[in-house]
Amino acid sequence: MQIKIPDQSLVVLIGASGSGKSTFAKKHFKPTEILSSDFCRGLVSDDENDQNATKDAFEVLHFIAAKRLAAGKLTVIDATNVQHEARKPLLELARKYHYLSVAIVLNIPAKLCQERNETRPDRNFKPHVVRNQTSQLRRSLRSLKREGFRNFLYVLSSPEEVEAAQIERQPMWTNRMDETGPFDIIGDIHGCYDELVELLRKLGYEVETKDCDIPVIVSPDDRKVLFIGDYVDRGPKVVEVLRLVMEMHRNGIAICVPGNHDVKLVRALRGKNVAQTHGLAESLTQLENETPEFREQVVDFIEGLVSHFVLDNGKLVVAHAGMKQEYQGRASGRVRQFALYGETTGETDEFGLPIRLNWAEEYRGQATVVYGHTSVAEPEWMNRTINIDTGCVYGGKLTALRHPEKEFVSVPAKKMYYEPAKPLHETTEAKRSIGNQKDDGILDINDVIGKRIISTRLNHNVTIREENTINALEVMSRFAIDPKWLIYLPPTMSPTETSTKEGLLEHPAEGFTYYRNQGISTVVWQEKHMGSRAIVVVCKDPEAARKQFGVTGDTIGVCYTRTGRPFFDDATMENALLNSVKQSVERAGLWKILDTDWVCLDCELMPWSVKAQALLRQQYAPVGTSARVAFADAVASLETTGNRGIEVEELLENYQNRSDTINGYVDAYQKYCWAVDSISDLKLAPFHLLASEGNVHVDKDHLWHMELLSKLCSSSENGVMFRTSYGLVDLKDENSINLAIQQWEELTSQGGEGVVIKPMGFVVKGKRGLVQPAVKCRGREYLRIIYGPEYTLQKNLERLRARGLSHKRSLAIREFALGVEALERFINREPLSKVHECVFGVLALESESVDPRL
Amino acid sequence: MLLTITTSYSPATDLGYLLHKHPDRLQTFDLAYGRVHVFYPEAETDRCTAAMLLDVDSVGLVRRSYGQHRENFALAEYVNDRPYVASSFMSVAIAKVYSSALSGKCKDRPNLVQTPIHLSAKLSILPCRGGDKFLRRLFEPLGYSVISERHILDSSFQEWGESRYYTVTLERQCLLSEMLRHLYVLIPVLDDEKHYWVAEAEIEKLLRHGEDWLSEHPEQEVIVSRYLKHQRRLTRQALTQLGDVGEDEEDVRLCETEIEENIGLNEVRLTKTTEIIKESGAKRVLDLGCGEGKLLRKLMREKQFEEVVGMDVSHQSLKIAQQRLHYERLSEKEQERLAFIQGSLCYRDSRLSGYDAAAVIEVIEHLDKPRIAAFERVVFEYACPTMVVLTTPNEEYNVKFENLPAGKFRHRDHRFEWTRREFESWTADVAKRFGYSVMYYPIGEEDSVVGAPTQMAVFTQ
Repeated sequence: MQIKIPDQSLVVLIGASGSGKSTFAKKHFKPTEILSSDFCRGLVSDDENDQNATKDAFEVLHFIAAKRLAAGKLTVIDATNVQHEARKPLLELARKYHYLSVAIVLNIPAKLCQERNETRPDRNFKPHVVRNQTSQLRRSLRSLKREGFRNFLYVLSSPEEVEAAQIERQPMWTNRMDETGPFDIIGDIHGCYDELVELLRKLGYEVETKDCDIPVIVSPDDRKVLFIGDYVDRGPKVVEVLRLVMEMHRNGIAICVPGNHDVKLVRALRGKNVAQTHGLAESLTQLENETPEFREQVVDFIEGLVSHFVLDNGKLVVAHAGMKQEYQGRASGRVRQFALYGETTGETDEFGLPIRLNWAEEYRGQATVVYGHTSVAEPEWMNRTINIDTGCVYGGKLTALRHPEKEFVSVPAKKMYYEPAKPLHETTEAKRSIGNQKDDGILDINDVIGKRIISTRLNHNVTIREENTINALEVMSRFAIDPKWLIYLPPTMSPTETSTKEGLLEHPAEGFTYYRNQGISTVVWQEKHMGSRAIVVVCKDPEAARKQFGVTGDTIGVCYTRTGRPFFDDATMENALLNSVKQSVERAGLWKILDTDWVCLDCELMPWSVKAQALLRQQYAPVGTSARVAFADAVASLETTGNRGIEVEELLENYQNRSDTINGYVDAYQKYCWAVDSISDLKLAPFHLLASEGNVHVDKDHLWHMELLSKLCSSSENGVMFRTSYGLVDLKDENSINLAIQQWEELTSQGGEGVVIKPMGFVVKGKRGLVQPAVKCRGREYLRIIYGPEYTLQKNLERLRARGLSHKRSLAIREFALGVEALERFINREPLSKVHECVFGVLALESESVDPRL
Repeated sequence: MLLTITTSYSPATDLGYLLHKHPDRLQTFDLAYGRVHVFYPEAETDRCTAAMLLDVDSVGLVRRSYGQHRENFALAEYVNDRPYVASSFMSVAIAKVYSSALSGKCKDRPNLVQTPIHLSAKLSILPCRGGDKFLRRLFEPLGYSVISERHILDSSFQEWGESRYYTVTLERQCLLSEMLRHLYVLIPVLDDEKHYWVAEAEIEKLLRHGEDWLSEHPEQEVIVSRYLKHQRRLTRQALTQLGDVGEDEEDVRLCETEIEENIGLNEVRLTKTTEIIKESGAKRVLDLGCGEGKLLRKLMREKQFEEVVGMDVSHQSLKIAQQRLHYERLSEKEQERLAFIQGSLCYRDSRLSGYDAAAVIEVIEHLDKPRIAAFERVVFEYACPTMVVLTTPNEEYNVKFENLPAGKFRHRDHRFEWTRREFESWTADVAKRFGYSVMYYPIGEEDSVVGAPTQMAVFTQ
């Protein structure tokens, strides 16, 4: 017998003990697909035949089955299942997860079962056990269909039949993963034939409709149309629409799902007593003039349609009224119901229309869901779902969504064919999608807490540990800026490997070696400024800010720290800075060059003392002042002692040397401090032009970034924008390397913090995945403010050289991948929650404990 | 790191006998945290000075303590004042290197040990938490004349102000052992910090070195408290042993009145909240932003509430709340009534739906204004309990707080404080948009002009 089972089904084996269920299961299914009651008995009691463990064993079995069904896995239940009570919970499970249930009955004579059991030492049932099971099975045979094994019931009545049975797995009807498009998805037509033809032509289809009854359609470049239902009712040319759609469906140019109106029409055509409201009467009148054969074809066509489809490798779902994530690709009455009508509260609004539950608002699935059913004035994205029913029959327009391009093409209605119950422009969705974000701007706790695995374009999956999300939730909620602005957080940066050169901890040579070993031939060095990291997002005007970021009010941007906090407490200062940036962008012509109305810049904002006031006053200055006095006094007393002829020279020299390191330390931190009274005292040094409309600029090399940013800085009127010096290094050329080292020496001897070394490309993959996007190499004097004034003493350096970089580097890669992912998702207009997930991830990773001095 | 002791007793060089350190030699001692050098810058018969120079190994300090007592000390920083200032390291050095002098022993000059002589001690850098005033309050009652010079944080940045460091000279006619014991105890008290873990053994040290002076010292309590790193249990124990039980009791009473004043308002707020929720007939209650669980405790006392859930964004606060409510020791039945969840009022959370009432007490003023819109939707649209009780400070009342400078908020973390009008217009708008009706209650004593200190709004569906 050929046993056909759908891909997503719960297969219930039914047969007495010894009927050969386990053997049958092993032969036809993967071991992980089989859940056996004996095995579960063993799990809970160490004895597969311990009948006392039956209750617990089945609890385990049902639990595992539920997990598998939720995950969409085919599951086989290997238990006797001869009693109705045993099958009932399984059928309930299948229903709960919208699974099809399959029964395979092994109806083997009791005698044979008994013989088999006797050959097995572990089974010493009394003969009556198997006899009872067999008779229970026989009695069940009559009721199995009624219980719920309606479409898939197979009875194998002899050992030979069992042996000969073949299993054939069939994809679910809803599964059209292999159809990858490209598609043109067209919303509710309702008999608007003229608009449909016009739209098809606008989309590039050739439509020949002359005299012949059957239209001829040619599609451009293998495109396919996806019709999402409601072909009939209300409109003027229902028959023409049906003829066209059915023809396109027949020759494979179109894929169709049914709408609620279509289904109701079929019931009417089948002679059911249906209220002829909501435009049904119009359809029936128009169809009256057609032949009975045509009406029969219509019935067959619509009855043959599947509730919804999952297409394009799971990236696209179409259904008339939408589809929840849990229902996608599944089959049950409720799934079909949802596809046709959506979910309603059972109440009606002031227009007498049903109040709908907003499944789209809570949608967090990966697939894009395109649907129609309720008319809206404009298609609006919400969490990767979109309603494209723009109410053509009500005088709106007929809209197509191109997939994967995500472009809209529409044609206006020629007239209002039908009076809408509620005016079109008053959309019921009070929460309109906001700006660039395809959702209503509310974040869900489940988007951020718990252990998270975030898939990124650059570095596969990044795992965030639960304890880190706990910390990040507090920081994000209490201190971060509005998440709508927070489209990026920068990664941490590792220093170069520790240098062994005398008196040094870091030296550029190690940085160059690192990149050369990664197979990179050209790197860039950039001056590292000692200020505070600042991310600046700036828009052309408040309107662009509202449109792109979905914020309210008149702000044009934001400036925030590496942990997402507002950079300034003082709004006046922030506005002044943002305006300076905006003016420079304007003067440099970047709006035009980048074809954008916003930019996101990665910068260093100086002086350090703006942000680090507390640190300076509580830690840095006190150390300087106390050490200076302490050393001065110590040196003076040692000198006096020495003058008495006591042998203290060695100690005195030691203290004199150390006294110098303190001066070096104070000089070092003082260089990064100056008073800020107005905006012109600030220096903003951008070094990455991270993103602008439609682009994350990680596909450009650093030279592109530096050149464009130099242009930006030189366009700064008040000198707030500060150009960063940089240079290229050819790693194959010793001279080039030596020159760069010399430049580092000059820079750092004048009090510069150091340099950042980056591969020429923004994103570079090496032998073992992503290469560090940047490493820093800090100057000898600067490092005093990290490792203490006296770190340069030989005995201190020796100990400090023992430092491990690997954790820091792995963190840097993961954070880099997440940061870029956040930007990519933002410019691809993904929902706020998807962007936020990534920045939240960066913040969470930052709470991992890493040596803060690296 | 430099402590010099000078005497003008004649012959002054006898100081060498008292300290057990030869005046004409540099002597170096190894200690766990570094080295100590002793030498004499001057050694004449009319004047002799012994210098003790501490050489704290700054790098070793970090590398040893990192990961060990990280949360207790600031030592994990390489940029650290510890190597340069007089601190508990100095006390340890005195006890190790001047041990005989500290305990008043001297074989060679047994009479001199018992004779008060003119002594002057100079600490080149002494951190004084409490400033010059406190420094004098510690040493002057002991008979010292005090000369102090305060150091500025950074002369290039005058605007940063003064540091907490002083160069201090203390002069007195006394026994050397007395002076050393005073220094041993009072240096870390001024610094208000200890480089090691303080436990019960510390009481014994304090009592030993404070034996004949501490019980009479007017600043006894603060000395004990700071010396024992503000650990209340140890402080109480030490004070009892000092025989000051009477004062101790008074002290505790005083603290309570102080606290009562502070929490008086909070108490009224929480009582009123509990009362209102109770009257509504609610059975399942949320405390959003429960903090350390003060309201939860009140709610749990009411048997009417079948389920009480405390939510806070701070994991740490929730841990403390669990401890304060003795969650682990509750019966299973009580545990079932009470739940804690970490969550945020800026994120929609299905765990919060379906409750009869929610309390949002003194929470919104801790949210940045741009996040209020999300808060509104999370609470009123998604959680949408039947009743919401919400309180926030009345900004107008701030003028009544004497200690609060004009224009300042009541708490450093407050992002805003609203006048009654601002509060009423916000609440009315929220109520209208989300289908609630709203009532107002003044909390605390109402002033005829500026109103009550706290404003409460009760939203009902």
